[in-house]
Amino acid sequence: MPAQSPAARIGNFKEVALGYTAEQALAEAERCLQCKNPRCVPGCPVEVEIKDFIKCIVAGNLEDAYRIIRNTNSLPAVCGRVCPQENQCEGACILAKTGQPIAIGRLERYVADNYIAANPCARLTGDEAACSFSHGPKIACIGSGPASLTCAGHLAARGARVTVFEALHEPGGVLIYGIPEFRLPKRIVAEELGTLKNLGVEFCLNWVGGRTFSIQELFDEGYSAVFIGVGAGLPNFLGIPGENLIGVFSANEYLTRVNLGRSYDFPNFDTPSFRGRKVTVFGAGNVAMDAARTALRMGSESVTIVYRRTRAEIPARLEELEHAEEEGVQLRLLSAPLRFLGNEEKRLRGVELEQMELGDPGTDGRRAVHAIPGSNHILETDLAIIAVGTKSNPVLLKSTPGLKLNLKGYIEVDHLSETSIPNVFAGGDIVTGSATVIEAMGAGRAAAMEIARRFL
Amino acid sequence: MALILDKVELEPGRISKLLIDAPQIARKAQPGNFVILRVSAKGERIPLTIADSDPEAGTITIVFLVLGKSTAVLDTLNKGDQLYDLCGPLGNPAKIEPRGTVVCVGGGTGIAALHNIAKAHKKLGNKVISILGARTEALLIMQEEFSRASDEVVISTNDGSKGVKGLVTDALALVLAEHQVGEVVAIGPVPMMRAVCDMTREAGILTTVSINSIMVDGIGMCGACRVTVGGETKFSCVDGPEFNGHLVDFDELQRRLTAFMSQERLAYDAFLNKCGLHD
Repeated sequence: MPAQSPAARIGNFKEVALGYTAEQALAEAERCLQCKNPRCVPGCPVEVEIKDFIKCIVAGNLEDAYRIIRNTNSLPAVCGRVCPQENQCEGACILAKTGQPIAIGRLERYVADNYIAANPCARLTGDEAACSFSHGPKIACIGSGPASLTCAGHLAARGARVTVFEALHEPGGVLIYGIPEFRLPKRIVAEELGTLKNLGVEFCLNWVGGRTFSIQELFDEGYSAVFIGVGAGLPNFLGIPGENLIGVFSANEYLTRVNLGRSYDFPNFDTPSFRGRKVTVFGAGNVAMDAARTALRMGSESVTIVYRRTRAEIPARLEELEHAEEEGVQLRLLSAPLRFLGNEEKRLRGVELEQMELGDPGTDGRRAVHAIPGSNHILETDLAIIAVGTKSNPVLLKSTPGLKLNLKGYIEVDHLSETSIPNVFAGGDIVTGSATVIEAMGAGRAAAMEIARRFL
Repeated sequence: MALILDKVELEPGRISKLLIDAPQIARKAQPGNFVILRVSAKGERIPLTIADSDPEAGTITIVFLVLGKSTAVLDTLNKGDQLYDLCGPLGNPAKIEPRGTVVCVGGGTGIAALHNIAKAHKKLGNKVISILGARTEALLIMQEEFSRASDEVVISTNDGSKGVKGLVTDALALVLAEHQVGEVVAIGPVPMMRAVCDMTREAGILTTVSINSIMVDGIGMCGACRVTVGGETKFSCVDGPEFNGHLVDFDELQRRLTAFMSQERLAYDAFLNKCGLHD
């Protein structure tokens, strides 16, 4: 797929991957074997009828291709961009063995982008609202990230009156505050939200579940079911000395300032973000890659990802890691932070690291890491971004009596996605802990199917 | 959007009080809660403590000090204008418990944040002695409201233009000498809260402070507001904003408030230039 060159893209926040041309999409679609028992569909958490939509591309019918995807996936343009397809549909594709699985994600993106571009009028006149009824049951979705939007889209398309309650001032959850513009442009998220609005989904912004309203109040106001998709929350820190020095940030804060606050356009936008010359990022998941690549675009001289294991164990998607490396992000592998060091004004000036080495595999098959004695050294840094996951956000959970949580503080649900409170469902990171967009969407869809079975 | 029903300029160009139509927030607001607002589509999220709320009328009151661009823009709004975004109530409510006598110490605009808490203590039946401090008499705010929310109001001004001459701690020393005090609640600039805590620590009096850290989301997502309390990192938005003042690392809090100072200055200067207000 064509992409902006690394040299060009680190100077802007525009999307890196540029998308297929019509010829490229057709050529890729024609490679699909149209398996009788496709493996790709069970590989997809929302079970998109992949071969059917690909067949429509070959036939030149993008409208039907889009409808097929939308039938099970409320956010096709988002998924085509941020899903880890290599572990899902594409990983399951029979051609994966040849090293050349069908590029399903790219085709999905192609269909969504082109349908949206070609059908602005149909979308504006709300043709998709045809199936929404004003007398359907009222359903509330709390949070407006991938899980909630999927739940909302599924139910609204089937006639429910859905209200989405979002605590921040802009809907989209992690798609807005977390994933950067260069990977998922905000206009794409806006398009997907527009489609949901056409379906009749109502969005209430600045409404904080557990503060502005309680779940009981939603039932009192006539909602039949509630879906909790508030995402994970509180960022983890490393728990080492010096972590509250000025210049140490959670990835959530760093990314929220840049993405939600548009601080890359400060002072035109009011939210400032911390500028660092030498940036270090701790952790090596997708969020760490996003933070590192964002820091480069914010004009940092150098960006180094510090990770305690080797490149092979990096949990981020390979594509994200490769993009980061192409752009000049450095990896400091087998390194673990011990403490942050500040200057006399208590601003960050460095981090003390120790060198690690791989040991024998543990019971989980993963090789243990040990520190090498005497290997301590200082790495200069004036901006440290901690990207080592999150834990559950207590705001809604604490204020909802009777909501059962598991030992880690996440919401416990049964096989129908229902919580300990009848007709209150939950899905996404607030149930599983940090996971992917598409896994959250799968959870939103599963809950929506059960809600639909009960109330529609 | 939230409609501004009334605006009172407590100190023109510097401190203003807004009465805001916010029925949903007013219905839920507890003493100690705060809101986050934005003044425009490009605005940043500003946390401000709810100074008063009226669930029947569906209104909340906030008081703010013009400190930089965002609060300066907020001060350009008048009665009949809309806040672009308003979110709340946020943070944990103040703990209002039977304490006998409670001394409420407010400095600067912290006085406004303290008001709802003093009111709640009085309502519960505690004897409330409020100490309000300012540089000079003209800068004192909400004296009338406090005379209703307190059994006794003590004023301190740095220049002695009203009440005790000196700092709030000078007034506090006098109050502590005369009364058996069950709790001190202090809200104001960090040095003031620290000075109050230093004084009450020696006397072993429970002291509660409300932390005004930098925040982004205000709902636990970012950790910008982290503060060290008793050696542990806490998030003031979801763990606070009230903490036991004797355990708060005020040095760290004060420093962390300066994290974005150069950019705040830049934005404010650009704003003043644009308005032609710069010297």
